[in-house]
Amino acid sequence: MSEAVAHDDHHDHKPTGIGRWLFSTNHKDIGTMYLVFSLIMFFVGGAMAMVIRAELFQPGLQFVDPQFFNSMTTVHALVMIFGALMPAGVGLANWMIPMMIGAPDMAMPRMNNMSFWILPFAFTLLLLTFFMPGGAPAGGWTMYPPLVLQLGDGFPFLIFAVHFLGVSSIMGAINIIATVFNMRAPGMTFMRLPLFVWTWIITAFLLIASMPVLAGAVTMLLTDKYFGTAFFNAAGGGDPVLFQHIFWFFGHPEVYILVLPSFGIISQVIPTFSRKPLFGYASMVYATASIAFLSFFVWAHHMFTVGMPLTGELFFMYATMSIAVPTGVKIFNWMATMWKGSMTFETPMLFSIGVLFMFSIGGFSGLMMGITPVDFQYHDTYFIVAHFHYVIVPGIIYGVFAGVYYWLPKWTGVMYDEKLGKLHFWLSTISVNVLFFPMHFIGLAGMPRRIPDYNTIFTGWNQIISIGGFAFGLSQLILVWVVIKCARGQGEKATDQVWESAHGLEWTLSSPPPFHSFTTPPQVTDATAHS
Amino acid sequence: MTVSKTKRVVLGAITLCLTLACGLAFAESMSWNLTEGVTPTSKKVYDLHMIILYIVTAIGIAVFAVMCWSIYFHRKSRGAIAEQFHHSTFAEITWTIIPIIILIVMAIPATKTLIFMEQTGDAEMTIKVTGYQWKWKYDYLEEDISFFSTLKEDSNEARQRYASTRPEDVENYLLDVDNYVVVPVDTKIRILTTASDVNHAWWVPDLGWKRDAIPGFINDNWTFIEKEGVYRGQCAELCGKDHGFMPIVVKAVSKEDYAAWVQEMKGNARVAAATPVEEIAVEELLMKGKRLYNSNCAACHMPEGEGVDGLFPALAGSAIANGEAEGFAHQILNGKNMMPPFKDQLSDTDIASVMTYVRNSWGNAADAVQPAAVNAAR
Amino acid sequence: MSDSHGAYYIPEPSRWPVVGSMALFTTFVGAGLFLNGVTPVVLYLGLAAVIYMFYGWFSDVIKESMGGNYNHQVDISFRWGMSWFIFSEVMFFAAFFGALFYARVYSVPWLAGEGAKFATHEFLWPDFQNVWPLITTPDMTTALTSHFTLIKEVIPAWGIPAINTAILLASGGTITFAHWALKKNNRKALVLWMAATVILGAIFLFLQAEEYIHAYHELDLKLTSGIYGSTFFMLTGFHGFHVFMGATMILIITLRCLKGHFTAEDHFAFEGVAWYWHFVDVVWLGLFIFVYWI
Ligand code: HEA
Ligand code: HEA
Ligand code: HEC
Ligand code: CUA
Ligand SMILES: [Cu+2]
Repeated sequence: MSEAVAHDDHHDHKPTGIGRWLFSTNHKDIGTMYLVFSLIMFFVGGAMAMVIRAELFQPGLQFVDPQFFNSMTTVHALVMIFGALMPAGVGLANWMIPMMIGAPDMAMPRMNNMSFWILPFAFTLLLLTFFMPGGAPAGGWTMYPPLVLQLGDGFPFLIFAVHFLGVSSIMGAINIIATVFNMRAPGMTFMRLPLFVWTWIITAFLLIASMPVLAGAVTMLLTDKYFGTAFFNAAGGGDPVLFQHIFWFFGHPEVYILVLPSFGIISQVIPTFSRKPLFGYASMVYATASIAFLSFFVWAHHMFTVGMPLTGELFFMYATMSIAVPTGVKIFNWMATMWKGSMTFETPMLFSIGVLFMFSIGGFSGLMMGITPVDFQYHDTYFIVAHFHYVIVPGIIYGVFAGVYYWLPKWTGVMYDEKLGKLHFWLSTISVNVLFFPMHFIGLAGMPRRIPDYNTIFTGWNQIISIGGFAFGLSQLILVWVVIKCARGQGEKATDQVWESAHGLEWTLSSPPPFHSFTTPPQVTDATAHS
Repeated sequence: MTVSKTKRVVLGAITLCLTLACGLAFAESMSWNLTEGVTPTSKKVYDLHMIILYIVTAIGIAVFAVMCWSIYFHRKSRGAIAEQFHHSTFAEITWTIIPIIILIVMAIPATKTLIFMEQTGDAEMTIKVTGYQWKWKYDYLEEDISFFSTLKEDSNEARQRYASTRPEDVENYLLDVDNYVVVPVDTKIRILTTASDVNHAWWVPDLGWKRDAIPGFINDNWTFIEKEGVYRGQCAELCGKDHGFMPIVVKAVSKEDYAAWVQEMKGNARVAAATPVEEIAVEELLMKGKRLYNSNCAACHMPEGEGVDGLFPALAGSAIANGEAEGFAHQILNGKNMMPPFKDQLSDTDIASVMTYVRNSWGNAADAVQPAAVNAAR
Repeated sequence: MSDSHGAYYIPEPSRWPVVGSMALFTTFVGAGLFLNGVTPVVLYLGLAAVIYMFYGWFSDVIKESMGGNYNHQVDISFRWGMSWFIFSEVMFFAAFFGALFYARVYSVPWLAGEGAKFATHEFLWPDFQNVWPLITTPDMTTALTSHFTLIKEVIPAWGIPAINTAILLASGGTITFAHWALKKNNRKALVLWMAATVILGAIFLFLQAEEYIHAYHELDLKLTSGIYGSTFFMLTGFHGFHVFMGATMILIITLRCLKGHFTAEDHFAFEGVAWYWHFVDVVWLGLFIFVYWI
């Protein structure tokens, strides 16, 4: 407390005009830009998914050529992962972390702005490839050589886009680490941090450890194509599978980078609407850390079929299975938090409960795929597509939705439209299951992934899936409507507290909060800390 | 919040549980499930799959039931008052230990099956499978038999964007090939997978495994088919544009039939080698050429010879295609960069036909090519 | 920002982040065009813009720092930032070391018929042998023409590489002496030791360049020499680039020392650069052992 000086009013002026956004050093403005960008990218990636689903609506080729179909699959995944989900997580972190730990802003506000502004440029780089000879990347988001090396002029742009995104993520992660370790208000000990902050510290470490590895991997692709190196070429003593090892050493931690912030959000939301403290706070922290730690030792479960030595297959099978234990601990803790609570079901709570159910479904199929001998059958079929869309769409995106509805009144000062929120939840939940559940069936029955056309026995399910997909896509328009209404200030005025039993520092600020969150650090005690 | 809305929450949750359970029942009854297959491996894998599926479904139902209970009974609208407990060492240890035990129970049969699958030794015959963009080549190592296997013509026609035939009218659409892999039943067969250009994966679900085919490396696998029949599969690793169009068909026959097939194949090879090279009428070359072009070249250079911008050059108007026959023949025989060599795959007559067809289609106008010219270029 | 002494310094809106993003964008577009065989001009423009951005951004930071805006807490933020940045660099090198280990432990032995994929050897590369450094690539054993360059000789560890090891270790010492001098407020010794460090870095780079020229012209050891050349040049090349960056930063710090920047207590920029230099040093030790020596 001693060092801080209470700020006078003139410090709270907002910069105006376009400069406010371009040159921003304010964590809330940057957070807003991240979230808006993420929403736009969700629609761009979603539009590509709609092309995929339209083409797969019936056998035969109706709308696109196979090469373009592969581009759709590839770019859909890249845009969704790097453009929609990761920025959504970072956007929420930007908005909430300083407010949750009682800081005035992020530790390095200028670098914060750069990590955002890289994104639109990086995606321009990526999407430009659609207009180049040879077209957009079509070798899958996993970019396996030698196939990816066959890409035309777009190839270096793909590689540089990945580098660029890596720079952004690493800067963002460093910023979050510095902020949490160094900017906590007096009394905000580590074991008093809200779980969202905890999950983000762990995510940030995952980012710093895994993104540079991806950068290294794609650099080797670049030199293999243009400078004659032999990393992924057996004729020169390399191995195409080497790329897969390096890629998945990044790729598996990456999926937890996506999911942990979402876990953090529902750990905030569930206690609030259960009116009960989070069950097993400490074990939640340890479980999250264990998941992150284990995630560096399971990568080869994505490549069981490449023909690894038996010992390797066994090791990665056991390691993969073991991740179910800490994840289970988290699920059980959330369950115990709801147990004997006094629950109400506002939209954020609905989405959080959606996560509990549907992430678990995705987790179960993940566990099945972790069993090596059966993964020989599942691998590269729609069973995998079902798995990861379950953990990602109703697992992570729902978490992000929960966070957005939960904090939207705080951000805008206006209550969102509860009726529309509920409608959004129910339409999404019905359609998302129609969309992704049957993928398990066609996968088991033998439909490979990444194909533009299929045998006629798969027609029926594919039509159901596509209809689910269109319905899910359209349902998302409700979210846009809700957000626009709030942003324009239409709706009931929100109180500072917003939710009856919400705990944490963010609720002590006004709604909307002042431009600089805590110019005077608050004193944190057990009573004012997380629930 | 009104009661009716809360009811919907509960109902929704219950529906989800039911969906899962029904899905399972449905999966079995409608055979929208993993195939049991026809090898010892596939049966073990199927059993393992069902065990895990039942275990996770049971866990799921238990977990979802508790959550549904809590959602229904611990609602504010039902007058529930929140308790304030937030810790229980006993509960936390229990729900760490129990999953560990369950996982160990699953790991034991999984380990056994995996070890069983890796026993590639003492095979009675060996087939080397090579993935190409976008076809498979099979070499029977002991028998000196070797052939390519590509998507069947009728499927290939129906899959085009403005095709006149509909997929529904094609039997085994996209799952049929011109040359089947014929193998004997009750024989331990070693299957080596590799590739010539990019990664592919050889997968026939009824055999119970799939394995990547990686250029420059060979993966060792085996199978033992117990039942005669035709088993279909597909390439299962993204390998570019026509990844969806390189199926696999294995035909398992009795040992006697297999021996007869081997004799026949060997005879064919001798006949082909001995056919004298003679002049062939241009119409015949054109007719044969069109068919061969569509099954061998159109995947890249497109049916109308327009190519794919930036990836595959157009043959309509191509200087090489319309130029000296020798250069064109070289291009086909030896390939170049991304274009595979065809010298092991097409005979001199085949290549001459393709060349003649290309040189007289889509506005190209050059003289016909005879097999002798191709033979000279070899 | 007169109102912020004591409190955590939040900079005013700044144009450098956007300028930086655009500069990097231009660089990447330029590099892409260049690799596609179009002009390198855009690439040069981009690089110039990146340098401009660094110059402008760091000028602001130095101004703020000299203006006393940064309290102890800001200093700690910088420390966290620099250390985890260095950690991310470590992971970047880990990818290349991983490739080296994989080639030596798995892919090359497999191609030569050892271990799980022995069939590879039997059917595809029957004459290939596992000898490290890998001079004869697999395709040289089966075909008359190879994609790769045949290496005449590799660079032995105990020549220039050993000398370079000594140089870098010594430079780690000189920068530490400089640090001690700074802490004792002995400005003259500070500048001298810093200059010595820069010079050692420059000698290292010079020898490295000599070695590369020798490798390319006399030994036929090239990027295109198969997996040995690939790992050799990528690892030593990225390391050399880091030495170059580090030496440039040390040079700038030296110039700032000459201008009288930094105090005995407050000199984070100095320390950050020193950490970076030690990191470059440690990576080199790894290189010396695994690339040149064993
Ligand atoms: C955020 C995303 C996310 C998350 C969280 C996960 C979580 C998990 N994933 Fe998934 N995965 C992906 C995203 C994700 N995955 C993606 C994108 C791919 C495909 C990539 C590509 O090829 O393009 C993939 C592919 C993938 C594969 C490769 C399949 C293949 O290609 O052949 C495997 C194999 O093991 C796997 C396993 C797992 C496991 C074991 C978990 C575990 O973390 C799940 C743990 C959760 C539970 C188990 C449920 C809750 C637990 C309990 C209720 C406790 C009790 C339970 C038991 C004791 C069983 N995943
Ligand atoms: C990371 C996040 C993420 C997200 C959010 C999604 C979301 C969706 N995904 Fe995606 N997907 C991946 C990650 C993701 N996916 C990955 C990693 C792969 C593997 C890629 C590979 O193989 O390399 C993949 C692959 C993949 C495939 C397999 C393709 C193939 O193998 O060939 C399919 C097929 O159905 C699919 C569908 C969908 C659908 C329908 C959605 C929906 O949830 C999308 C819903 C959103 C919208 C639709 C946008 C919003 C609404 C509008 C634009 C308004 C109206 C529009 C209309 C109705 C027309 N995805
Ligand atoms: C897997 C894809 C593929 C298949 C199949 C294929 N080609 Fe090609 N073809 C290519 C590529 C790629 C090139 C460009 C090679 C290069 O110059 O790098 C090419 C080049 C050519 C050229 C030279 C064109 C020019 O003007 O430069 C001719 C002629 C040709 N192919 C004919 C054929 C014929 C005839 C067949 C079938 C028997 C065939 N190709 C099958 C990919 C393919
Ligand atoms: Cu071959 Cu996919
Ligand atoms: Cu994984």
